[in-house]
Amino acid sequence: MPGGLLADPINQALLDRYQRDFPMVEHPFAVIGQALGLAEKEVIARFEALKQCGAISRVGAVVAPHRAGWSTLAAIAVPDERLEDVAALVSSFPEVNHNYQREHAFNLWFVVTGEDRRHVARVLDEISEKTGLEMLDLPLEEAFHIDLGFPLRWT
Amino acid sequence: MDMTDQDRMLLAAIDDGLPLVERPFAEIADRLGWEEARVISRLQALIDEGAIKRFGVVVRHRKLGYRANAMVVFDISDEAVSAAGDKLAALPFVTLCYRRPRRPPAWPYNLFCMIHGRDEDEVRTQVDEAAVAAGIVDAPRDILFSRRCFKQRGARYRKEAAA
Repeated sequence: MPGGLLADPINQALLDRYQRDFPMVEHPFAVIGQALGLAEKEVIARFEALKQCGAISRVGAVVAPHRAGWSTLAAIAVPDERLEDVAALVSSFPEVNHNYQREHAFNLWFVVTGEDRRHVARVLDEISEKTGLEMLDLPLEEAFHIDLGFPLRWT
Repeated sequence: MDMTDQDRMLLAAIDDGLPLVERPFAEIADRLGWEEARVISRLQALIDEGAIKRFGVVVRHRKLGYRANAMVVFDISDEAVSAAGDKLAALPFVTLCYRRPRRPPAWPYNLFCMIHGRDEDEVRTQVDEAAVAAGIVDAPRDILFSRRCFKQRGARYRKEAAA
């Protein structure tokens, strides 16, 4: 973990407070700067540094599932010796946004997002065909959470 | 409410997040050929409607010291699953909670949640707490710890041709 950057209380505040309710105004970073006593340019530089070090993936929208298209959670049981190759194949699809190895017989889990069901089904078919492996297709049926961001603890 | 094609274009324009510049919405507006005010007001409307669940910083838990991340799955009867899901979702360490189909015999679980912790022991403790809180201690369950992250970024909504 890039300790120095994340030990800084102002950076911690940027990560904590702005997971939601980002200011939707012309100069959002100036508004954040006012709240934290920083110049607009410094807020931008700090977000840039946090992005560079990988602490944040982006500042942007988390879209509710199935509002802008279709998506599914899929899993494949991949023999260990093929995991690297199959993972690389899966990640190579622009429709795949998350792709994780997990500890289970179904050891590769990924999310496929597309314009509609047909688009997503086409990607799954292509992955099945190219890998020849059993696949689970587990589309969301009910969402229970309103994502308010994640409360971070620093100690 | 369904999104319009224009809303989809707008979301596609911010797939990778806002540019980190003084007027990020103006830069998005330039890409779309829109006015800055329209970008801001449409995004605000999508937030208000719930189509955007939240707008802000998307953190990478692992880089912030939350090294253990597990997908926790339960098999809950169809009658009880919604109530259990609501209770799990209310816990602070549960970041996502969904009902998904079972695929027997390979996959018997229908309730999924994500739990992030400092280490695997913390996650296991939280899973026990979650099962008690949701009244599902006797339900079959499994904890799938994540090992490697091969890819994590925002979803793409644009057509392949534009990707």
